[in-house]
Amino acid sequence: MKFGVVVFPGSNCDHDAYHVVSKHVGQPVDFIWHQETDLSCFDAVIVPGGFSYGDYLRAGALARFSPVMKAIKQFADDGKFVFGICNGFQILCEAGLLPGVLMRNRSLHFVCKHINLRLENQNTPFTSEVNPNKVLSIPIAHAEGNYTCDDATLNSLEENGQIVFRYCDENGDATDESNPNGARSNIAGICNQTRNVLGMMPHPERACEEMLGSNDGRDIFRSLAHTVASINV
Amino acid sequence: MKAIVYVTLKPSVLDPQGKAIHHSVELLGHKNIGDIRQGKYFEIAFDAAIPEAEASESAKRIAKDVLANPVIEDYTVEISK
Repeated sequence: MKFGVVVFPGSNCDHDAYHVVSKHVGQPVDFIWHQETDLSCFDAVIVPGGFSYGDYLRAGALARFSPVMKAIKQFADDGKFVFGICNGFQILCEAGLLPGVLMRNRSLHFVCKHINLRLENQNTPFTSEVNPNKVLSIPIAHAEGNYTCDDATLNSLEENGQIVFRYCDENGDATDESNPNGARSNIAGICNQTRNVLGMMPHPERACEEMLGSNDGRDIFRSLAHTVASINV
Repeated sequence: MKAIVYVTLKPSVLDPQGKAIHHSVELLGHKNIGDIRQGKYFEIAFDAAIPEAEASESAKRIAKDVLANPVIEDYTVEISK
């Protein structure tokens, strides 16, 4: 099994993701420079957070034209696993691997804090080991996390179980007060129809050690490793 | 020859930046304004020799593929000589 972490000019959570995979998941991992076009040695690719291309034009809009993105599309079409976090989620939406778009937060502010997160679908390769009865504490850090899509897309996300995480309060209720950015239907993370591509605004890689205030993010990476291991057997 | 591209949020999409600008403008004393929406403006300079129809066609494709996100934005293209 091998994980890859994509590095764009402006990525800044790439080392965090690398650290979590190697230290807390215990799997081999390599960085993938954005000019790379061959992903054949990888089983799962993480598109990390940061400010690829300085967020010019729209967050994630220019990264989608990097050579590696064509390879990632093919990688996803082949059924392999792609995990976009924060800016990675924005890039996957811009590239059309996930539906919808991340708009400016309704408050207009960059919001950086721990939020409560509710698991909506445990039946994905990324969440099989996440406790569905626990409210997860995971930080967000973004100015464009306000998930938006049209009614038809929202309905199909609901019907297909593609909404994976929602913002909620400490009791697990997805209230408007607990929505940190105005995201439609409190959506914090979604997957594609075939469930091998996940994007989420919160940073689970920053919540993998008690010392950092929470290790609730660890089970997401471990779920993915477990899924890959069960396929490779 | 230049193509001018305007990218604007679809009318159904909330524009918090436009709202914040509107609020500031009201603080300046302008009370008779219903709404302000923020958009983006691009100038694409083509080689002089390119026919107008071709410039217009490629500017539209650039707007659709890169400059606007069709999920939330509309665009209009004008050619200026």
